[in-house]
Amino acid sequence: MTLELRGITKRFGPLVANDRISLTVNEGEIHALLGENGAGKSTLMNVLYGLYQADEGEILLDGKPLEMTGPGDAMAAGIGMVHQHFMLIPVFTVAENVMLGNEATGFAGQLDIDAARARVREISERFGFDVDPDAVVETLPVGVQQRVEIIKALSRDARVLVFDEPTAVLTPQETDELMEIMRQLRESGTAIVFISHKLREVRAIADRITVIRRGAVVGEASPSATNAELAALMVGRPVELTVQKDPAQPGPAALTVTDLRVVDDTGHVHLDGITFSIAAGEVLGVAGVQGNGQTELTEAVLGLQSDVTGSIELDGRQLVGRSVRKVLDAGVGFVPEDRQVDGLVAGMTIAENLMLNRSHGEPFVGMGTIKRKVLEAFAEEKLVEYDVRASGIHATAGQLSGGNQQKVVVARELSRDLRLLVAAQPTRGVDVGSIEFIHKQIVATRDRGVPVLLVSTELDEIVALSDRIMVLYRGQVVGIVPADTPRETLGLMMAGERPEGVVA
Amino acid sequence: MTTLTEKTPFVPDPDAPVVTSTKGLLKTPIVFGVVTVLVALLLAFKSREGDTTFRIAADTDLFELPEITVPSTPSLATVIVLLAVCTAASTLLASRNRRTPLWLVAVFAVLAVVGFLAWAAAGEAVPMVGLLSGSIALAVPLVFGALGGVLGERAGVVNIAIDGQLLFGAFAAAMFGTIVGSPWGGLVAAMCAGALVALVLAFFAINYFVDQVIVGVVLNVLVIGLTSFLFGQVMTENPTGLNDPPHFSRIPIPLLGEIPIIGPVLFRQTILVYIMYVGVGLVAWALYRTKWGLRVRAVGEHPKAADTVGIKVNRTRYTTLIIAGLIAGIGGATYTLVSVPQFGEEMTGGAGYIALAAVIFGRWDPIRATLAALLFGFATNLSGVLSVIGSPVPSQFMLMLPYVVTIIAVAGLVGHSRAPAADGVPYRKG
Repeated sequence: MTLELRGITKRFGPLVANDRISLTVNEGEIHALLGENGAGKSTLMNVLYGLYQADEGEILLDGKPLEMTGPGDAMAAGIGMVHQHFMLIPVFTVAENVMLGNEATGFAGQLDIDAARARVREISERFGFDVDPDAVVETLPVGVQQRVEIIKALSRDARVLVFDEPTAVLTPQETDELMEIMRQLRESGTAIVFISHKLREVRAIADRITVIRRGAVVGEASPSATNAELAALMVGRPVELTVQKDPAQPGPAALTVTDLRVVDDTGHVHLDGITFSIAAGEVLGVAGVQGNGQTELTEAVLGLQSDVTGSIELDGRQLVGRSVRKVLDAGVGFVPEDRQVDGLVAGMTIAENLMLNRSHGEPFVGMGTIKRKVLEAFAEEKLVEYDVRASGIHATAGQLSGGNQQKVVVARELSRDLRLLVAAQPTRGVDVGSIEFIHKQIVATRDRGVPVLLVSTELDEIVALSDRIMVLYRGQVVGIVPADTPRETLGLMMAGERPEGVVA
Repeated sequence: MTTLTEKTPFVPDPDAPVVTSTKGLLKTPIVFGVVTVLVALLLAFKSREGDTTFRIAADTDLFELPEITVPSTPSLATVIVLLAVCTAASTLLASRNRRTPLWLVAVFAVLAVVGFLAWAAAGEAVPMVGLLSGSIALAVPLVFGALGGVLGERAGVVNIAIDGQLLFGAFAAAMFGTIVGSPWGGLVAAMCAGALVALVLAFFAINYFVDQVIVGVVLNVLVIGLTSFLFGQVMTENPTGLNDPPHFSRIPIPLLGEIPIIGPVLFRQTILVYIMYVGVGLVAWALYRTKWGLRVRAVGEHPKAADTVGIKVNRTRYTTLIIAGLIAGIGGATYTLVSVPQFGEEMTGGAGYIALAAVIFGRWDPIRATLAALLFGFATNLSGVLSVIGSPVPSQFMLMLPYVVTIIAVAGLVGHSRAPAADGVPYRKG
């Protein structure tokens, strides 16, 4: 079984997402597709999976061209996909999810659920998964949900498996387990396409590596290449992979959070009595698998959560119960985790976006009117200072690339007198060049004596930037540890275990 | 330095679910309390003399049950005490973070109704059989409408147009039933009419991503206008030729129909009611036990996931909506092919919206939605029966009863319900 992509081109309007991409995957081989966010990896995989139709090029299976009109065709040909955002119905059971679209039926279309259960058990035994066919998917941990995705593909006799950024949602331990599963699949003769932007994982597992940049293949690399070589290939120039920073000079405690509890309107407790403090001139990194209360923590500090108890004190002033306006006026800067939703107004210009958090008065508004001269001068200055690549300050934010959008958000938040910076996923979906820049800005902010609360699901980012690391699990603090704590320890803590010697 | 060899597991609350909030728990005790106070006010302000008789026998029964006669005021007083006990129990449960069990809600509701009847019908007899069988008859269009609503929403399309489907079905049944000369012809026409409204909804909602609530409301208004126009301009010109459909007669089922209370209430009805019994079971079975149902639910929860396993999302939504329209059409036929074999302007009186409430109260489940529709049918019939036997409550107030019940039920007693995740969200590829 050999899968071959030949000259695949996919355009969205003027944007060429995939430019004549060719690659082959053989059975019993793991072929990694390495590229930055936005390099066109996911587009390519959606073409391969039949979700998009390629404008040019063809897909060949064992030398025979495949006719793709929809995802059903890819599956029928034996191509299975483990999606980055799981394609599982949360309220269905494992068995129902596995059988969906491929149902065994009896009289009058009645479902043969027993056959599906047996299939789930058979595949899970073959690969040593521990998956209960009757468990409801939304109640399962993410790592197990991913196994359900794999079972789903295997139950349709997939001989080519595509993993799209499979480790983004996993703890380091779960990642190791996934790698083991992928090796097992390779031994059993499955051809595997592994899409990722994480250099370490690619080097650990791949037999061959194809690097793509801006929608085109820029080269093949061997797994023995160094991180720096791969990164340079991926970005197109040498990059600095480590963050340069001096040891922190922590001052007195500036932000003190005591017994914070956040409940949402459906009654879920997202934060359950957490206590920590951040000193002036210190970065506290919050590590944890996505969905363990990080989002709620940043929103609680900002005053965006409605049901908050406990205390959040900044320089001795209580923030809980204050409006967002008051919190911002107290000197809190906020880089939200989803810039498209909370960070920017896509239809407004860069200049307008830069004044969003100061739209109520000086310096940009006087007598209820926007002072355009002041705003434009400010925007021009920031465009240069933050290296935002745009056609001008009147370009709309929606036209910018992810990295440039994020620079606009960071520029806005850092351009005030800050007493606290809250940065949630500051480099998610941002190119490597912009990541470097944003990291430098965060360190510079710290060095000005501002406490920084940094939330990221990328453990590498947390380790690189933080002075101390707090690990959250199910809304509670597992422990607060120094930044030089080994990754394995952090990984265990992210899975909810507290290693000996770690104090909560 | 930390070591990995020895570790203590950190498990915050290993077994406890993340839900531990007390929010929403107080809703039921508050509703209980308010109802108890209202019933107590009846006693306080207008105490009634005399006995109340509950007549539970019908002349067709195998054996006769005696009438039950109770003194009005003491019965009401007893009921109030029992209601207070229920409220206290519910409050106690809420204070211990426990939900009020459904059986307690049912007991409370029955007690409240009995107490109210004992007071309202003092000195009179309450025809229980008529009250209940009438409730079923009035609930039939609501049940069919709710089934149509459940199907549409389970597939991810909000169906506000139930009222339009009922009204157009009623109109088509009257017109074509008269022309064909058979109620069956009318029934088929009603189903087609319901499906036609559904098709228009599907076309705009699925193909053009128009806001489903807006299309639904517009369709309802459109059907009102269309049927009123046709009624005024065409039907009234020739009432005997176009608006005089033959009607379905009652078919007593042998044996089952002779059981006291249950027989006359459930098994001495028209064929449409029997179709309803079968239909509810069939929809529930199809939705939960068949390949088709699995796919419908998948499309309503996570259409993209369904697409990635080769299910045609929009085609599934189309077919489901049309089936839902056919079912709602049957509901429309009950207006003109059963009791009053004649069409009248706006004769559904917003029943489609009540059916929609039943869908939500029934948490998008065919069986629960049916029970909710039956509750609304009961409330409607209760107001009718009480105005006949002469209750002290002004009839205008009684007419409000079904709607008040709807609000209390949906706001106070639904609890935590979750709509299909993709309900109302059009599916775009990519």
